[in-house]
Amino acid sequence: MSILVFLEQHDGQLQKGSLGVLAKAATLGEPVAAAIVGADAKAVAPQAGEFGAATVYVAEDELLQQARPQPRVDVLAKVVRDGSYDTVLFANSVLAADVAAGLAARLDAGLNWDLADVELRDGTLVGKRPALQDSVLVDVGWKTTPRLALFRAGSFDATPAGGSAPDVVEVSVELAEHSTAATIVGQEQEQSTGPSIEDADVIVAGGRGLGAPEGFALAEELAAALGGAVGATRAVVDAGWYPYSAQIGQTGKTVSPKLYVALGISGAIQHKVGMQSSSTIVAINKDPNAPIFEFSDLGVVGDLHEIVPKLTELVKQQRGL
Amino acid sequence: MKIAVCVKHVPEGSARIDAGSKRLDRSGEGALNRFDANAVEEALRLKGESDTEVVVVSMGPEKAADSLRKALAMGADRAVLVSDDAAAGSDLVATSRVLAAALEREGADLVLFGQQASDGDGAVLWAAVAERLRRPVVSQAAALTVEGGSLRVKRQTEFGYETIEAPLPAVVAVSDAINEPRYPSLKGIMGAKKKPQDVLSLADLGVDASAAGEAGSQTVVLALADPPARGGTQKIEDDGNAAQAIVDFLAEKRLL
Repeated sequence: MSILVFLEQHDGQLQKGSLGVLAKAATLGEPVAAAIVGADAKAVAPQAGEFGAATVYVAEDELLQQARPQPRVDVLAKVVRDGSYDTVLFANSVLAADVAAGLAARLDAGLNWDLADVELRDGTLVGKRPALQDSVLVDVGWKTTPRLALFRAGSFDATPAGGSAPDVVEVSVELAEHSTAATIVGQEQEQSTGPSIEDADVIVAGGRGLGAPEGFALAEELAAALGGAVGATRAVVDAGWYPYSAQIGQTGKTVSPKLYVALGISGAIQHKVGMQSSSTIVAINKDPNAPIFEFSDLGVVGDLHEIVPKLTELVKQQRGL
Repeated sequence: MKIAVCVKHVPEGSARIDAGSKRLDRSGEGALNRFDANAVEEALRLKGESDTEVVVVSMGPEKAADSLRKALAMGADRAVLVSDDAAAGSDLVATSRVLAAALEREGADLVLFGQQASDGDGAVLWAAVAERLRRPVVSQAAALTVEGGSLRVKRQTEFGYETIEAPLPAVVAVSDAINEPRYPSLKGIMGAKKKPQDVLSLADLGVDASAAGEAGSQTVVLALADPPARGGTQKIEDDGNAAQAIVDFLAEKRLL
């Protein structure tokens, strides 16, 4: 087996998730290679060695500076072909998912996604995928090579393996016309304000089911009664109902409080990945089919606008507030 | 302008995998994937009062026609269903191949996807289809405008917001934050029946049966097992006492 790991970097920072995948790949027994694309690729390449990469391919072309997926497909396709890699691993992110799927189509290669783990069984690679709101654990495989795998965020710890300095190979790639057609013309970094929700023991989070921005008053009152913080889904943050600093999910914060109360949240996978390790999850939603009920300890089907004010009062009484 | 919207017919409620075939159980009633409704809505919003044509495209069993009809009832103009026994069990590589062939035939200026399938949690198809069509792709669109042969997308990533521009033709996957999908009106539902609805086979698309379905797939499901239990999940309906029930639950767990 010859494994290539896509290492995602932003502003010279190798992303922890992809380093975790690299560390895992290094335990599978063969020398592992990594690919880093973008402005600071060469500068961060030595770090990849510490996590187990024997060879690091770097591509720093001007057109690769923007974090766009399609030029990265061009780079990886060339590296995979030239180096005859039979396995390509990715850590899930907004960028990496698009790169992995694009590469699958380019190479007509099988992609198994949302994997939580991978193992060698009698010399054959087997992926582990918790599916259907984690109600079933699926073992998946590949019929042909190259095999492509996209791992869930946080699947593996990024533990340095203490490897030596890697061979660094510069790659020059001719980019496809369609790969460079889309360009980033503006960027806003979001600054977090207010207390961090990552350390809160109790989080009351709201989604579209709150009905309107004013609905967050219900979440705030309940959070105050429980002594917790307020969280929000991407949908309501994008809609401007609540600040980005409170956003929980794939593109927001990952939290694991003792108690997570979800108000009017359907439980889309992007949200779930940010809160699924909460110890106890209570959900209130009017849709009995909402996916969130599949991974809640207590699910209440009903109108949160009726239930939450009563709940807040009862909690206050109970806690003597 | 012509907009094609890719939609999926998914099982209603909690999806399950059939232990025999190791495929998603599609025996029950299905529904339009809720995230695809955002893509249909966005196409209709872009269309507005213009003469833009909105075509909804799906690959699935014959029953998927129900979901296409829902999109037509919302206001789409025409539906194309690729339905072929030989296409069942397609993975990403095979599905993207068949869908791309159907989209190639339409030659749309803009192809829209929803952010994920609610059944298999798949959230990668657009990038594979875009690669096959050799078009630029932008995912996670939270705002979309089209003007003078190019599009502009605002999207959220792990690092904040980005604005991206791309020339048409292009592929865009919208997030569920982009809009609130409309409900079909009674008039829309009545009118949907009269709108053109084509059903195509793989042969109609010029795709060889060996390139689709399980035969054309490069991944395989090896085994199914029960995951480690999360502990019992309780679900109750509010009968007026739900607030008390929650407090009792929290007290029992010593969370108050």
